[in-house]
Amino acid sequence: MPKIKAHASHTTANKEYPKGVLIESFVKFFTEVTLITKFTGKFFRQVFLPPYEFNELVKQCYIIGCKSLPLVGITGFIMGLVLTIQSRPTLAEFGAESWLPAMVAVSLIREIGPVITALICAGKVGSGIGAELASMKVTEQIDAMEVSGINPFKYLVITRIVATTLMVPILVLFSDAIALGGSFLAVNIEGDVSFQLFFAQVFEKLDFMDVLPSILKTFFFGFVIGLIGCFKGYYSNKGTEGVGISANSSVVISSLLVFIIDMIAVQITSLLI
Amino acid sequence: MKNVIDIQHLKKSFGKNEVLKDIKLTLAKGENLVVMGKSGSGKSVLIKCLVGLIEADDGIINILDKNISELPDNELNELRKKIGFLFQSAALYDSMSIRENLEFPLRGLCNLTRQEIDAKVLEALKNVGLLEVIDKAPSELSGGMKKRAGLARTLILNPEIMFYDEPTTGLDPITSKEISNLILEMQKKFNTSSIIITHDIQCAKITSNRIIIIHEGLFVAEGTFKELEQSEDKWVRSFFK
Repeated sequence: MPKIKAHASHTTANKEYPKGVLIESFVKFFTEVTLITKFTGKFFRQVFLPPYEFNELVKQCYIIGCKSLPLVGITGFIMGLVLTIQSRPTLAEFGAESWLPAMVAVSLIREIGPVITALICAGKVGSGIGAELASMKVTEQIDAMEVSGINPFKYLVITRIVATTLMVPILVLFSDAIALGGSFLAVNIEGDVSFQLFFAQVFEKLDFMDVLPSILKTFFFGFVIGLIGCFKGYYSNKGTEGVGISANSSVVISSLLVFIIDMIAVQITSLLI
Repeated sequence: MKNVIDIQHLKKSFGKNEVLKDIKLTLAKGENLVVMGKSGSGKSVLIKCLVGLIEADDGIINILDKNISELPDNELNELRKKIGFLFQSAALYDSMSIRENLEFPLRGLCNLTRQEIDAKVLEALKNVGLLEVIDKAPSELSGGMKKRAGLARTLILNPEIMFYDEPTTGLDPITSKEISNLILEMQKKFNTSSIIITHDIQCAKITSNRIIIIHEGLFVAEGTFKELEQSEDKWVRSFFK
């Protein structure tokens, strides 16, 4: 008898399981969206108010910007190299090989450079911020800051969000420049194009509306990477397990938001041009 | 004697779990009050409510004649500068050296020169006997050293009130005794009033002027160490064995 009873209750639970999970997921999703919105509101309310943590901001700019240069540089170089090598056969088929520098430059600067660099930053910087703040939360360091009369939101959150907002566009420009270098090298593997000719072709086809929207959107990429990393770390729970969860979800959510922002930016740009 | 803390009808619940039911407490100036109780009885929640880290559901918390629930953020932060809080884990900032940890609470005080900050840091570390670790990272210190460094950081602002959250947890008996004696020494030196949350009988014996025992969110016994040790209540007496 007990076996049958247990089986019956398990079957009932299984029937109800998808519906329950669905509702729970919706509630969780909208709660999360509300909390992130409130967190963003808090950021904008406090960012312009003193005291300003300039020293911490400079330190964060160094950590986020300078320490990411090697990784961003290497991936940028490979990106330019691979894109050029992959595009050459198709263009050669149409006898348009001379368009290679311009095509690669437009692809890199308008789309691939900003998005790939932002994703790398989401992985490196976003997870780092999420894990750092979460471990500070777990070890009561954020509470310690608060009880000593220092606003931890201003010191930890605002500095990091501002730093990512400022540094990601610089990293993207750096990555784009290195990627064009990689592309130049790839062009010269099979051909013989001078440095001057290569860049003359690049800048001939690039105009202001290629560069400006792609730079503007990188500020938003940087903002969401910092915002999500800080949000996930600052409100971390579940002890040390929460540190891993915060780092992981920072990367996942900020990467997803990078794509969503990119999609919106592309729509707006195509309407304006 | 004037009370520095006056709590009336403090209540706090987490969901259906009533952690603090109806707490009334006073702390006189210069007094060391030890709060004891089983794990999960609400001791840490009590002191976190007092500094505004956890928002109370109901009740009045007056600290230094100010009702903390009515204070705006900036005034609460000013009040917090008069309160020291030693966390169970010491909560030293991992990314900073011990020197930077001690300098950190002083950052709000614009009128201090570099030399004055250095002097304050050195004095605070000298008080707790940790001068030799000034440029080390927290990860290089032992548990007892971390507690002492945490104590130095909280005392650097010369607080009027100190809260200790299980200051001797995780330490060997000898180091525990050293920390307990240090708490007493600092209380005498700086004339602070303290609330000490602990399970450690030896710590309670050394530091307390008065002990309160909390059970299921209510204060069930109050008295000096000797009075409670000889209490007629078997459960209270069992605490001191």
